[in-house]
Amino acid sequence: MIAALLRRDLAQFFPFTGSGAALPVVFFVAVAMLFPFAVGPDANLLAKTGGGVVWIAALLAAILPLEKLVARDIELGFFDQLKLRGLAEEAMMAVRLIAHWLSFGPPLLLATFPAAALLKIEGETFQILLLGLAAGTPGLAAIGLMIAALTASLRAGAALSGLLLIPLALPILIFGAGALARQDQVSLGFVAAISLALVALAPFAAGAAIRAAREN
Amino acid sequence: MFRRLSFALTPGAACHITGANGAGKTTLIRAVAGLTTPYAGTVVRTGALALLDERTGLDPDLPLGRALAFWFGLDGADEAATIMARLRLDPLAEVPVRYLSTGQKKRAALARVLGQQAPIWLLDEPLSGLDTASQGLVSTLVREHCEGGGTALIASHQPLDVPGMTSFAIEDFAPLEAEEYEA
Repeated sequence: MIAALLRRDLAQFFPFTGSGAALPVVFFVAVAMLFPFAVGPDANLLAKTGGGVVWIAALLAAILPLEKLVARDIELGFFDQLKLRGLAEEAMMAVRLIAHWLSFGPPLLLATFPAAALLKIEGETFQILLLGLAAGTPGLAAIGLMIAALTASLRAGAALSGLLLIPLALPILIFGAGALARQDQVSLGFVAAISLALVALAPFAAGAAIRAAREN
Repeated sequence: MFRRLSFALTPGAACHITGANGAGKTTLIRAVAGLTTPYAGTVVRTGALALLDERTGLDPDLPLGRALAFWFGLDGADEAATIMARLRLDPLAEVPVRYLSTGQKKRAALARVLGQQAPIWLLDEPLSGLDTASQGLVSTLVREHCEGGGTALIASHQPLDVPGMTSFAIEDFAPLEAEEYEA
């Protein structure tokens, strides 16, 4: 049942096969493309600030898929039907988290290559940026899932998710972008640790949230 | 919504809950399904449940055939083609679910219920939006389900033609009005 569900969720959310799911990645590259236009083509300045811009772009791109992530399937009665078949909400949300990250993390990492080229990020800085995003995106996906589940039954859910994600994502952003400024790998360890804790927590928090949404 | 309500259904039995809109039929069905926790009271059941309500559970962007195939696969339904033909869904297999009419969506949800092969059916307004022929088909399906040892609990304000079906009105269990409490 888990495998079938994962296949279905992936088909829903994966870029180019799902319903308009390529948008966050396109948005991510677009932000990286706009930045040199705004601050000028000075290679030194771009290289110095570009890493931070990529992180902010990743954070904003993480907000885009949240609207459809959970609310739509609650409206469909999809989770109710799974519940009747004996699946726990926590399992549904764990599968959703994997599908959400797979449809958003790896494409974002791939898009980092053109984004980094546009911002003149090279060498070791690029490596740290890539590693940081690889460690940080699961955490961003986990925060996103929790927020999407919590706001699913609210009318202004979409706008609210953006507002909620930003403060919660701060630790990942601080250590992820901080690793670039100091060129150290220790901060990356922190990013990975925060991500791990969030990924472990998210299915339970999101599961409880959709259970609560169903009761009223 | 309701109080002191108690009933038991044995295999082969069907029960029809009647009541006006908003009287609490859906709440009762969801409580029996375990999707809502009643303020007081318990539900005891043995066997799997299949639920039909106003939401289809089918992905609106997928063609009907593929959307149903997900649930058929999950439930291990081996007679998918027979079920589709029975509910006259064959011509609609390639149509995305969001383009289906209310009645067609209801038939699709019924196909999902059939594929589940669960002994207990919970049907919330199974007749709404259906044409006369399809309404007759629902009665037939419920009759066959009960003859095969299944149980059905049906909430509907429309009549169903199922022999031996018990029935009660949910309004009979409505909570007392404030002045009655005082009396």
